[in-house]
Amino acid sequence: MMTTGRVIEQRRFPAPFSNYELGDPFDEMFLASGAPREHYQEIYDFLLHLPAEELRLHKQAADQSFLHQGITFTVYGRDEGTERIIPHDLLPRIITAQEWAKVEAGLEQRIHALNLFLRDIYHEGKILSDGVVPRDIIYSCKHFRREMRGVHVPKGNYLTVVGTDLIRLPNGEFVVLEDNLRVPSGVSYMMTSRQVLKRIFPRLYQACGVRPIDHYGQALLATLRNLSPDGRPEPTVVLLSPGVYNSAYFEHSFLARQMGIQLVEGRDLAVHDSIVYMRTTSGLRRVDVIYRRIDDDFIDPLSFRKDSILGVPGLFNAYRTGNVTLANAIGTGVADDKALYAYVPQIIKYYLQQDSILQNVETFLATDPTQCHHIVNNLDKLVVKAVGESGGYGMLIGPHSTKEQQEEFRLRILEDPRNYIAQPTISLSTAPCFVDGGNLEPRHIDLRPYILYQGEKSVIVPGGLTRVALRKGSLVVNSSQGGGSKDTWVLN
Amino acid sequence: MDMLSRVGDALYWMSRYLERAEHTARVLEIHLGLQLESFSASSQQHWERMITSLGLEPPEGINDIDLIQWVCFDPSNRLSIVSCISFARDNARQVREHTSSEMWEQINKLFHDVRSNAVQEDWETEPTDFLRSVRDGAHLFQGITDSTMNHGQGWQFIQLGRYIERATSSAVLLDVHFEHFHPTGATTINFEEHSEWIGLLKSLTAFEAYCKVYTADLKPERIAGFLLLSEEFPHSIRFAVDQIDIVMKALPRSKRDGGNQPARLAGKLRATLCYTEMDEVSATGMHDFLVSIESQCSQIHNAVHQVYIEYPVDAALEA
Repeated sequence: MMTTGRVIEQRRFPAPFSNYELGDPFDEMFLASGAPREHYQEIYDFLLHLPAEELRLHKQAADQSFLHQGITFTVYGRDEGTERIIPHDLLPRIITAQEWAKVEAGLEQRIHALNLFLRDIYHEGKILSDGVVPRDIIYSCKHFRREMRGVHVPKGNYLTVVGTDLIRLPNGEFVVLEDNLRVPSGVSYMMTSRQVLKRIFPRLYQACGVRPIDHYGQALLATLRNLSPDGRPEPTVVLLSPGVYNSAYFEHSFLARQMGIQLVEGRDLAVHDSIVYMRTTSGLRRVDVIYRRIDDDFIDPLSFRKDSILGVPGLFNAYRTGNVTLANAIGTGVADDKALYAYVPQIIKYYLQQDSILQNVETFLATDPTQCHHIVNNLDKLVVKAVGESGGYGMLIGPHSTKEQQEEFRLRILEDPRNYIAQPTISLSTAPCFVDGGNLEPRHIDLRPYILYQGEKSVIVPGGLTRVALRKGSLVVNSSQGGGSKDTWVLN
Repeated sequence: MDMLSRVGDALYWMSRYLERAEHTARVLEIHLGLQLESFSASSQQHWERMITSLGLEPPEGINDIDLIQWVCFDPSNRLSIVSCISFARDNARQVREHTSSEMWEQINKLFHDVRSNAVQEDWETEPTDFLRSVRDGAHLFQGITDSTMNHGQGWQFIQLGRYIERATSSAVLLDVHFEHFHPTGATTINFEEHSEWIGLLKSLTAFEAYCKVYTADLKPERIAGFLLLSEEFPHSIRFAVDQIDIVMKALPRSKRDGGNQPARLAGKLRATLCYTEMDEVSATGMHDFLVSIESQCSQIHNAVHQVYIEYPVDAALEA
């Protein structure tokens, strides 16, 4: 298996780390020598002196707290009782100030370039005429919206809320795995798990000197208000949710409460003369900015999917007229297409004349005959992803797959090469997690920081959501596939 | 902050369905007791009449045991107790952030309790346990609501749902009872039917309250007067309509055409109940009087819906 490899046999860790093994992947807490990294020293000492029973009680207290706050997500495709608490690991993941500074600068650069790219392809398309990005890749992307051609969006900001997935290579370098430019979720877990950890480890939290994240709600509201249509100085901002049956409903209601804005559903809104109103018991109220948590496809049955009952008829027209702002803009999905991802370094170079600060993971495109050949001959080593999917669906993890699954993917790739890319299997970094039985063992993690894009500058709350593959050896961190979360501490 | 129409609507229905579940449980519990000592009608007729008095159409060719099951548990009966609690909870779930978490916990617990298999299995041996738990659960929810939620607009919609349902279902119950046991307007009660009259009072939790005013001397006209016109008794129709009128005064007044319709209709019905005396009711005929109350309640419901919930966009913009 990828995750074990070179186990340092002679190394014995003291309890509660007695089962801890170091292998090839970068370990967040320990150096290869087995000594804790400097920024983990505080928590390492704390854990060594914490009786096992107390750790268990802390874990119990945290779970209780999540349950009582109703911090749940919905799992699709099952019967009733599908609301579950997101599995949460008690131990924080720690990032140093220097590491964070680089991540922050890299994200700011990347998102700014992607925003310029979106503006370009929905207007002149210079990058396409210059041959930097092939036209095919744009026009064959199912998230490309012809309807957005020439549409002016306030301040030229297509992106507002972005959640970029980062992983660490075995050498410790952060690289980008995926850009989520449509409706990224999970920020509520970041905020609530911080509240819980502060309550459970108050002294440790203070001793470490952790940068706060509480201002996210306020920053999001300010970012949204800033996108108000012309001539609407006191905008009414609402959050548009598909409703209570959506898997992220908890988050929608959480964010609406944090910002003090209305949580609306499609049926609460009406469009008249290209102006959007919400129905209140005191009459219609004009809506200026919509933080929408509904995908493009479902947002307006008159313009997109006709069978959508979640959307608002006429919303797109109001948007195009400039009477209401949608955040994120319609059509941003074209820039987080997994095939386009391979071109992001060139996109950054093209618009900003800079080298990318954060690197990509090496990516093979099945559309290129040579690369496709490489993919189908190495299915047992590569990770294959369907370009339009997210949430860990439609994926093949080569080393963890059966021959039948590989054969199935081979056929699918050959049949529809545009739909697939492949990447080398990278062992995500590991961090200690509290496992059943009271021990701490390494589990694979990634990092999703949340970026509030405001033009050249962005607001990025320090940290983000650290997702954990709770099954031993697993590399899949998605909450729909057995992943959990960890609080992320960026130090001062 | 303004309240979304959808939120007002969901709170209204949450409360209305729960009132309905409690009413059905109460009536059924009393009738299970009555049936133990009924000599007059056959048990089948007894149950069919009870079902009519709940405003339901009994399904064809169904025996009395199944009939009670149908009223309590059957999901195909949209007004069965379990259906009502499910709808109430669905509505509560849609607007969780507009209620207190204590309210949500209670209604969610009630929902899971009545749907558990254990309850339906115990039913045969101890039917009243189930009914009592519904009644207690609903009372607890009302108490929690009144003491943990802001008494703002949302709470007014909860009040409205509760009292519109109470006035309507009480009117139906009284109508069926008086049609059957008091068709001629006699001033006294048959000995055999005595327990039915006590049953009527108890079905509206009114027996003790009635005795405090009139002693245990049961007279049809007094009973009717008490259940229709008492100003102080919380299950009288007059009391419910007073509450509806209070809600209408608290809700924002719309300037649109017909915007004052809910308040006008509520005020009118309140005035009728306030200034009518029992001999006038008898002169009109009890049945006609009750039918008119039902229809006015339904007009109020429709007017509220049109003014606060589903108003036409064009009209709202012109105002």
